[in-house]
Amino acid sequence: MFAAENGLKGDPRLEAISAAIRVVPDFPKKGIMFQDITTLLLDHKAFKHTIDIFVDRYKDMHISLVAGVEARGFMFGPSTALAIGAKFVPLRKPGKLPGKVISESYELEYGHDRLEMHVGAVEPRERVIIIDDLVATGGTLSAAISLMESQGAEVVECACVIGLPEVKGQHKLKGKPLYVLVEPSGLDEF
Amino acid sequence: MSRNKQEEDPRINGIKTKIRVVPDFPKKGIMFQDITTVLLDPKAFKDTIDLFVERYRDKNISVVAGIEARGFLFGPPIALAIGAKFVPLRKPKKLPGETIFEEYELEYGNDRLEMHVGAVEAGDRALVVDDLIATGGTLCAAINLLERVGAEVVECACVIELPELKGRQRLKGKPLCMLVEYR
Repeated sequence: MFAAENGLKGDPRLEAISAAIRVVPDFPKKGIMFQDITTLLLDHKAFKHTIDIFVDRYKDMHISLVAGVEARGFMFGPSTALAIGAKFVPLRKPGKLPGKVISESYELEYGHDRLEMHVGAVEPRERVIIIDDLVATGGTLSAAISLMESQGAEVVECACVIGLPEVKGQHKLKGKPLYVLVEPSGLDEF
Repeated sequence: MSRNKQEEDPRINGIKTKIRVVPDFPKKGIMFQDITTVLLDPKAFKDTIDLFVERYRDKNISVVAGIEARGFLFGPPIALAIGAKFVPLRKPKKLPGETIFEEYELEYGNDRLEMHVGAVEAGDRALVVDDLIATGGTLCAAINLLERVGAEVVECACVIELPELKGRQRLKGKPLCMLVEYR
């Protein structure tokens, strides 16, 4: 569900966040209007608003763990985890995490990829938030949810800064609530 | 050159004990310094960030540049706390839009670090953040990128230093602040 429909209607912070996101046409390939959050990270106020909104939402939900999807989930997850006193767990591309890992595969447009997590990072019955910059088809987040559930953890919600049109109207992903701050910028212009 | 090590602070030992060493990763003979176990301890992670924030909050740092990908775990929280922009320095082809790049040496071959054009401006005072300094090659590439656009690199900040690899000497004279050394 979008933040504006869920208690933050008219919140000027959402406007500032949306305005700070840059659209890069035809990246990584023709036809894709890439939602670039690096410009949000350059706007200290808007970046802080982003984290504040996530923190305000989750700080009283007894969240013990925030999982962030490599690599842009790393830019939002740790700050959120620190502010709510939760552990942070990176979910990474194959071969990056040392030590024992478990993995879950997910579909790309052409082919598959895998998400890995350290064995022992997540304990049974932990209450977990999964964070990424953007949700499109939900494939990566679904893989992340599977990883958490395989360890007996409860995914309380998935949180993303941006949600593509495919997820509008979808309140749940694999049965888990989905919370999104803004819609993509600039799609109307093209 | 001054060591800039926060020797007396009691939080340092707490952080050090949380770092997990994984032998023979990514290949035989390497004792990999795994900081993910620090991130699993909210107090140790908070202490890590606090130590850097306390050092930099009054130094007028306008930009924190973090090196992909583990620099992204520490850089943004520091940037947010000190009121600076955060700029990700990334592997090739990850950043959309116009980029500049700097090459650096690996044990076998080269790699590249990229930065968005326009992210950092002339006159910006920059901090470069990564989880660890080994040979200093990546940090040197980061310093070069920032200096090429006219920024002043004030310091490099790493959680861990491997002093035997002498990376500190490859930072173009820039100071290094680290919390934990591993010999």
